[in-house]
Amino acid sequence: MKMIWKYLKDYKKECVFAPLFKMLEAIFELFVPLVVSSIIDKGIGGGDQNYIIKMCMLLITLAVIGLVCAITAQFFSAKAAVGCATGMRHSLFAHIQGLSYTEIDTIGSSTLITRMTSDINQVQNGVNLVLRLFLRSPFIVFGAMIMAFTIDVQAALVFVAAIPVLAVIVFGIMMITRPLYKKVQAGLDKILLVTRENLTGVRVIRAFNKEEEEIERFEKANEELNGLQKFVGSISGLMNPLTYVVVNVSIIALIWLGAVRVDAGTLTTGAVIALYNYMSQILVELIKLANLIVSVTKALACANRIDGVFAIESSMEDGKVKADDSVKADIPAVEFRNVALKYANAAEDSVTGVTFKVMKGQTVGIIGGTGSGKSTLVSMIPRFYDATGGQVLIDGRDVKEYTLESLRDKVAVVLQKAQLFKGSIRDNIKWGKPDATDEEIMEALEVAQAKEFVVKKDGVLDSFVEQGGKNLSGGQRQRLTIARAVVKKPDILILDDSASALDYATDAALRKSIREMTPSPTLFIVSQRASSLKFADIIVVLDDGEVAGIGTHDELLAACEVYQEIYYSQYKKGE
Amino acid sequence: MSGKTIKKVLYRIKHYWGYLAISVIMAMITVASTLYVPIIIGDAIDFIIDRGNVDFAAITDCLIKVGIVVAVTALSQWIMNVCNNKITYHVTRDIRDEAMERIAHLPLNYIDTRSYGDIVSRVIADVDTFAEGLLMGFTQFFSGVMTIIGTLVFMLSINVKITLVVVLITPVSFLVASFIAKKTYSMFKLQSEARGEQTALIDEMIGGQKVVLAYNHSDEAIEKFDEINERLSKYSLRAIFFSSITNPSTRFVNSLVYAGVAVTGAITAIGGGITIGQLSCFLSYANQYTKPFNEISGVITELQNALACAARIFELIEEQPEVPEAENAVVLENIDGTVELEKVYFSYVPEKKLIEDFNLKVKKGQRVAIVGPTGCGKTTVINLLMRFYDVNSGSIKVSDVDIRDLTRHSLRAGYGMVLQETWLKSGTIRDNITMGKPDATEEEIIAAAKASHAHGFIKRLPKGYDTEIGEDGGSLSQGQKQLLCIARVMLCKPPMLILDEATSSIDTRTELKIQNAFAKLMEGRTSFIVAHRLSTIQSADIILVMKDGHIIEQGNHDTLLRQGGFYKNLYESQFAG
Repeated sequence: MKMIWKYLKDYKKECVFAPLFKMLEAIFELFVPLVVSSIIDKGIGGGDQNYIIKMCMLLITLAVIGLVCAITAQFFSAKAAVGCATGMRHSLFAHIQGLSYTEIDTIGSSTLITRMTSDINQVQNGVNLVLRLFLRSPFIVFGAMIMAFTIDVQAALVFVAAIPVLAVIVFGIMMITRPLYKKVQAGLDKILLVTRENLTGVRVIRAFNKEEEEIERFEKANEELNGLQKFVGSISGLMNPLTYVVVNVSIIALIWLGAVRVDAGTLTTGAVIALYNYMSQILVELIKLANLIVSVTKALACANRIDGVFAIESSMEDGKVKADDSVKADIPAVEFRNVALKYANAAEDSVTGVTFKVMKGQTVGIIGGTGSGKSTLVSMIPRFYDATGGQVLIDGRDVKEYTLESLRDKVAVVLQKAQLFKGSIRDNIKWGKPDATDEEIMEALEVAQAKEFVVKKDGVLDSFVEQGGKNLSGGQRQRLTIARAVVKKPDILILDDSASALDYATDAALRKSIREMTPSPTLFIVSQRASSLKFADIIVVLDDGEVAGIGTHDELLAACEVYQEIYYSQYKKGE
Repeated sequence: MSGKTIKKVLYRIKHYWGYLAISVIMAMITVASTLYVPIIIGDAIDFIIDRGNVDFAAITDCLIKVGIVVAVTALSQWIMNVCNNKITYHVTRDIRDEAMERIAHLPLNYIDTRSYGDIVSRVIADVDTFAEGLLMGFTQFFSGVMTIIGTLVFMLSINVKITLVVVLITPVSFLVASFIAKKTYSMFKLQSEARGEQTALIDEMIGGQKVVLAYNHSDEAIEKFDEINERLSKYSLRAIFFSSITNPSTRFVNSLVYAGVAVTGAITAIGGGITIGQLSCFLSYANQYTKPFNEISGVITELQNALACAARIFELIEEQPEVPEAENAVVLENIDGTVELEKVYFSYVPEKKLIEDFNLKVKKGQRVAIVGPTGCGKTTVINLLMRFYDVNSGSIKVSDVDIRDLTRHSLRAGYGMVLQETWLKSGTIRDNITMGKPDATEEEIIAAAKASHAHGFIKRLPKGYDTEIGEDGGSLSQGQKQLLCIARVMLCKPPMLILDEATSSIDTRTELKIQNAFAKLMEGRTSFIVAHRLSTIQSADIILVMKDGHIIEQGNHDTLLRQGGFYKNLYESQFAG
């Protein structure tokens, strides 16, 4: 709720005018029974045709004013609702963009997608309806009551009794269904997840003949959602019949009371009709409300889910210092001081006690077993994750002191998973440097060994890359992601096992051309291949999160057992 | 077009005709009794004439009647609501199931060339919108039409002349509504297009967020998002505003009707044509008669939107599925492991030739290694072997049977496949390992995990084999994910193996150990191996060197080295550093 207000704040004027004009409309509507009552009492009673026609002109005038007010109100409420949703979508997207890797790992993208789309649409709907109706309906209800008082105080007491009962029904049903609608949206998340998995994992699912089971899994989730929807539906479906009963019971009471009072001569027949009309107006209004309350309740449930995303704060605090490329020759470009990292929700540290120094322009190789913490280690340099123990320093300063933006400008990472985006090859490379010229791009492609296949494509740099780079082979994707990093001309370049899909010849050529880049970056290579690291200035050997050895290839081969094992698993002794 | 869609929707509703019948009957009861109430009350009012002239006994009778009728109305209304809910949600469930069923059997070509976001939004968002429209249609359309018919009958029974006034003026509201609906339809279309574009962007940027962060690309992403958001906002505002004019406009027409009834009614009443009670009843009918016109006009816009969404879902459901299996398709039980490719031609798009005249004979138990530069067609060969794609011409035979004459299941069950792109489903580690053999015992699972060297890290996870992993493996490392994929194959021990860069993310030491397990597994099993690490393929019986879709060299390691061709170059580059 609070969150919705935040986005409505920019539309204060609209938020005031929409219900205001709605109420004006309602006021004019409330006059109608009065006019009709006087037509009956004075017009028919007095047999005065002219009076009747005059009163009908009044009715038409009221209708015209009502129309103008209604359209004005619709405009303002539409403007506020759309504006609110637009602002919310923007902030939510920006908020998600600001989350760090830790949060992304835990939330999962399926649910973020539903929240950004379906949930916000529901909120927009809800805001629009609230502005138009939630004020109008109570107003009509209370207005009708007040008008009833002007007619007859005793009869009006029926209204006073009926209204709280109606309120209990309306809000009670809302309260009961709101958490249920939240569950419905969660059920939707589940279905979305299964659908997505069946698209992304289609090959594995078919290879294991799992189609039928996946269909079953989907049907089960679908059935669950269906059950929930039906349950919520049958509760919301109570609203109309219940309010109908309450209003009609009040009408019965009203007529009886009216009969008694007319008999006593304190009330006219016209007045009884007017009272009856007011009660009918309440009914009409409540029926409208009942149909819309479902949307409003849904909107509240959705707003809650959106709020849930806003509540997730990035666990990473931004630094203040801008990283630059000023070099002090005697300070290490990168330094690890007794670094440890434990992932959120993990039982133990992924890496512990890592200490080493790298001077500018040096090449660092990182090698080790699967799950030994290689990727974890380098991911702390651009602060994808923060060290939970010790310090990572760049140019003699803790990485946490730098602003994230300048830090990530200085450090380029090529991730293990080669991910490209829909657009041209040029667009994709420009991620690294938004103002890169075609020349710079070609240069980067050449370094990444990608020029060869790119120039063969129709349209060259303009050739189209599909979502995720589906229309390229694994090796082509990897080379483009490398080019994307290289075009930055970063001070520090990290290749996180990003040449795994390349054949050895291409891999070797790639390393050579990176070394020849000017200015030459401080280079981190994470790899399984000893041959890729052999000529590194420093090789860090990791074993189960701990450093098993640090040194050059020759030193390690002589003294480090783990390294020997790795090396000889790839090169038979004596070769 | 929309006629066809309506037919398809009706076809799916047909299964629930029982509920539909109840719903319609309940709608009739509801409408009839709702309309009857004002008559009784009108009667009651007529018994209230003047001071000392009130017939309490008659009024009591009337009011008791009102009470009974109201109870009936409320009950039938609730039953109607429940039935409508049932129909709507069952139909949407059925449609979603159908969609999923189709997704499971779509040709890979379809999935490979579409954006996931688009398919997902059809199954989720479009079905949702459709459901909402359908529900609204049911609850309001039926009762709306019945209310119109019912009020007409009741009004005619009271006074024909005044009824005519009502009937003549009301269609004006329909004209107004349809005029506005036409204008807004294009707005709605623009809105849903912008929405689709935005969803695609969200899907991509959130899916690839790690890269977005790594490249400080957030600002650009937000900028692009805002640009679409701005457009969406503009279209939404127009769509919502113009469509929301419908209601006040038709209500205005209704007010005119009301005034008309008041004038003619009152004048008739002066002449003694009707009683005051009848007039009050008439006025309330005039209100009730015109209201459904509002609702129906609203429902029509909503239904238009719903049908547009339904059309998108049906498009997916009716997409051509994989080539159906031959009726006499064979279930191959004892796969001996011979594989033969004869004059195979294949390309994804006709203009770009890929594999041409591919011939290969593999005997039982042989190891075939496929090497070559990236993009040479190695993965394509696997697509063909697994029958993810069908050859354009030529044939592939397993155990001397053309694979197109086999059931897909028996063919694929014959292969164990580990791909470079590890894919895990959300669920426990155990679920993921037992994919190929759901009834595996605990010992078998642990044995498979040990053979693939995954047991060690699994044991250290908070809940061991029962640890839930999130979408796409969550925080497992790439190598760990690959180990799980290998364990999956180790468990089901199929007669043939396909290993596409199966160990690319695993360190060589572990790999070496896994190789031993693989070697054991491969004994007597035909296997196809795609790898860059030449050490892993040196021992293959046949090495295929591929380039641009052609086999340029074929032989074993030693003969190929002696030939001094492309293979030799590749081999040497491994040691060149």
